[in-house]
Amino acid sequence: MSHDAVMALLAISPLIVVSLTVVVVMLSIAWRRNHTLSAVLTAIGLNAALLALLFGWTLGTVDVTSVLVVDDLSRFGGVLVLMSTLACVTLAHHYLEGYEGPRDEFYLLLLSAAAGGLVLVSARHMTTLFFGIELLSMPLFGMLAYTFRDRGALESGIKYMVLSAAATAFLLFGMALLYAVTGTLDFAELGSALSRDTGGPWLLAGAGLLLVGLAFKLSIVPFHLWTPDVYQGGPGPATAFLATASKVAVFLVLLRLFQSTLAFHQDWWHDLLGFIAVITMLVGNLLALTQNDLKRLLGYSSIAHFGYLLVALVVNEGLAVETVGVYLVTYVLTTLGAFGVVTLVSSPYVATGGTADASSLHHYRGLFWRRPFLTAVMTVSMLSLAGIPFTAGFIGKFYIIAVGVEAHRWWLVGSVVLGSAIGLYYYLRVMVTLFLHEPGMQRRDATHDWAERAGGMVVLGVATLVIVLGLYPTPMINWVSWVAGS
Amino acid sequence: MTLVWLILIPFIGGLLCWQAERFGDQAPRWIALGTMLLELLMVLGLWVSSDFSLPAEGAVGAWTLEWQADWIPRFGIQVHLAIDGLSLLMIALTGLLGAMAVICSWKEIVLRVGFFHLNLLWILGGVVGVFLAIDLFLFFLFWEMMLVPMYFLIALWGHSGSQGSSRIGAATKFFIYTQASGLLMLIAILGLVFAHHAATGDYTFAYADLLNTPMSETTAWWLMLGFFVAFAVKLPVVPLHGWLPDAHAQAPTAGSVDLAGILLKTAAYGMLRFALPLFPEASQTFAPVAMTLGLIGIFYGAILACGQHDLKRLIAYTSISHMGFVLIGIYAGTELALQGVVALMVAHAFSAAGLFILSGQLYERLHTRDMRLMGGLWGRIRGLPGFALVFVAASLGLPGTANFVGEFMVMFGAFGVAPWIVVIASAGLILAAVYSLFIMQRVYYGPPADETPLADLDRRETILLFGIVALVVFFGVYPQPLLDTSAGAMQVVQQSVQQVGAMTGGTQ
Repeated sequence: MSHDAVMALLAISPLIVVSLTVVVVMLSIAWRRNHTLSAVLTAIGLNAALLALLFGWTLGTVDVTSVLVVDDLSRFGGVLVLMSTLACVTLAHHYLEGYEGPRDEFYLLLLSAAAGGLVLVSARHMTTLFFGIELLSMPLFGMLAYTFRDRGALESGIKYMVLSAAATAFLLFGMALLYAVTGTLDFAELGSALSRDTGGPWLLAGAGLLLVGLAFKLSIVPFHLWTPDVYQGGPGPATAFLATASKVAVFLVLLRLFQSTLAFHQDWWHDLLGFIAVITMLVGNLLALTQNDLKRLLGYSSIAHFGYLLVALVVNEGLAVETVGVYLVTYVLTTLGAFGVVTLVSSPYVATGGTADASSLHHYRGLFWRRPFLTAVMTVSMLSLAGIPFTAGFIGKFYIIAVGVEAHRWWLVGSVVLGSAIGLYYYLRVMVTLFLHEPGMQRRDATHDWAERAGGMVVLGVATLVIVLGLYPTPMINWVSWVAGS
Repeated sequence: MTLVWLILIPFIGGLLCWQAERFGDQAPRWIALGTMLLELLMVLGLWVSSDFSLPAEGAVGAWTLEWQADWIPRFGIQVHLAIDGLSLLMIALTGLLGAMAVICSWKEIVLRVGFFHLNLLWILGGVVGVFLAIDLFLFFLFWEMMLVPMYFLIALWGHSGSQGSSRIGAATKFFIYTQASGLLMLIAILGLVFAHHAATGDYTFAYADLLNTPMSETTAWWLMLGFFVAFAVKLPVVPLHGWLPDAHAQAPTAGSVDLAGILLKTAAYGMLRFALPLFPEASQTFAPVAMTLGLIGIFYGAILACGQHDLKRLIAYTSISHMGFVLIGIYAGTELALQGVVALMVAHAFSAAGLFILSGQLYERLHTRDMRLMGGLWGRIRGLPGFALVFVAASLGLPGTANFVGEFMVMFGAFGVAPWIVVIASAGLILAAVYSLFIMQRVYYGPPADETPLADLDRRETILLFGIVALVVFFGVYPQPLLDTSAGAMQVVQQSVQQVGAMTGGTQ
């Protein structure tokens, strides 16, 4: 084997390891169904992939093929995807213990989706983009509808599938138009073609449709309508994956597109994107205000957060890439914390026929007086989502505001402030609910041994990280700025 | 390291209180009291051992002690703490009022005692951080951080309001007002940092470096406004005061004491330390507007105070009125006025804390704060009405109390700069007398609503109130220690204003 081939293999070894794990877990299921064994094998595979990823960091940028290029940014994305998948595995193990149907297949779906995410963060070509997105989404349909005897989960899965298919159609049509005009599907070549003639209506239509397809996955307004229902109905671990790994991977590919392909240096383009960012954060925050369902609320809040993130894309210079990186790290940690608590409170799964998870806010009333540490995790997550100092979320918000101020985009900065102020209201509402004394209401509770289980430890670890990174963000900032700079 | 410990002690003490709850209800209270007394002793030790002599002409800062360590080198952010006369006074005040807050909630708070003291001490820790931080990033962090425990204090241990306003609503309002305005300050801080970056190529959040950032007049104006709005919400200045009456009325006594005694002072401190020295020209242009706002605050607060039935709301409005004097003093910018501001801040902390503690004690006995249900209490409780008279007298600025010293110095110092403002403001003193006498008349005199005697002051309450009265009178008669301590710091502020040149008059 030539040197290049070895390098290429090493560079995509995480992807290979994850794919192999899929096969191994499948074979193990064929041999004997054992829930814990499947979960452990999955975790081992993901850890091995993570190790492979870390060891690959010395390789620099490697062209695996012309459509798949592994560089530091994709490794960064890979770490986030694998970490959140790992967290979802630990949460799923506890959650699925209560499920009476086949449990092991969930891990297959989770691993396949993770593989899709790994492809996506390394995509340099429309084919890999499409392949990655589909590999990421298809298993998600199954994961969201995994507990399909619950109406909520089934609804969530079907809704996501139908709308996702529509988005895929947009995506493909956009690609086709771009190809028809330029004759290429490579990001960089498309970019130079687009910069040569930006006026062509078909090119613009193609770029627009492409954006629509991706905006759907990121639930950016006005393509956000699926989000609350899907978040509410889906099983906890699946929603956690959707909210973290899936969104991170898609956002990173969007960032890459903006760096190479969609970097129109025209005012109307930035204004349009800025407008989308503003309405995304405002609509997300405003709609979250009246929610009485924690998972729906988190869904709307994630819409708002991607609105904030869009600010970095609109600016697309200076600190932008670093901002995206830092914000994604803080967002993933915080969201894992919040969904982790929701999943733990809902674990083990209990069939209800409607929505299985403890998603309604009144389940959490007075949780502090029953489960103080679990509530501490939730409080930290809420504070971090709200961007209060001494949590990681503040560092993210600091970056967003910094990048806006640096580029003098005052409208965007103003909307971020307004959005945060609105957002505070519902984050505070959730927080204070946790501490209020409980009346004799119907309620759910985590099992007594939650903290000794892998899922509980992950959630505690995540909350600790949120605090530690809020107090001392220097390692994270150095890492991300190194990734962004290379 | 002393400075770091000053910040850490309340935080550690808070965690200990939380965990000590398992040993019974008394343990957290004693730990909290011990923590605050330790804090106070440390500051007093610093006070005695340090020299606050006036700085050399043109010095940037007069730090008595400094401590710094790298934190986020990417943006030149440091953990940079420093203390001078002004921050020392404020921290001493924090320690003292913190201890009082613990003592006055000794019997009031019976539920979740450990968690209550965790929140109380963390507020104080955050406030101490605000007074010590001179890295703008760090300052902002503490500024925002102290809101969270305050929110919990109001939301979980507050009283439900008289007219259907809930404690959670009040807490949320408080939080959103201050947080949103804080983000404006963050924008201003970042604007300043990027302006400095554009001029020198370095990222830094250090106060000393940012002091003389070259920038255009419009930029300076907008950035100054960002700072001003954040501080104005907390002070509060009148159009931005909406959170204050609700928060005060709904908060537990300890919360009100902290809020009026210390949290409002962080805003004045912020103006003195940051808004004025960072943007001297813009501040000077803005001074007439700010002083007019202060004037509006004096009258608005006083007039609304006269119309209140809720005792704590009344006191809250008087705070708005007093802070109007503070605002005028700050923007008058003469040394005498600035010194008066310091004296007034300390005096107001004592008198407002005293009044809030009294209304808390009345609430414990009568279970109402509605003044229409009071009256004639002079004959029913021994001791308490006498103390009330002293604090009311202090609040209206009677000579012999520290409030008189502060108000007099502010008006005297500002007269040379803005005579008409001072003339109108002094009319506000009459209103102060009116609302103060209203309190006495409605609560303590008149026909008693009921003849049954109420519980006398116990030893804890008596000692607490005696302590405050002694301080009010002591600083009223002999304010020199205060003025000596803050003289250096105030001179630095005054010099930065005077560099602009146009600020003439006053006693200089």
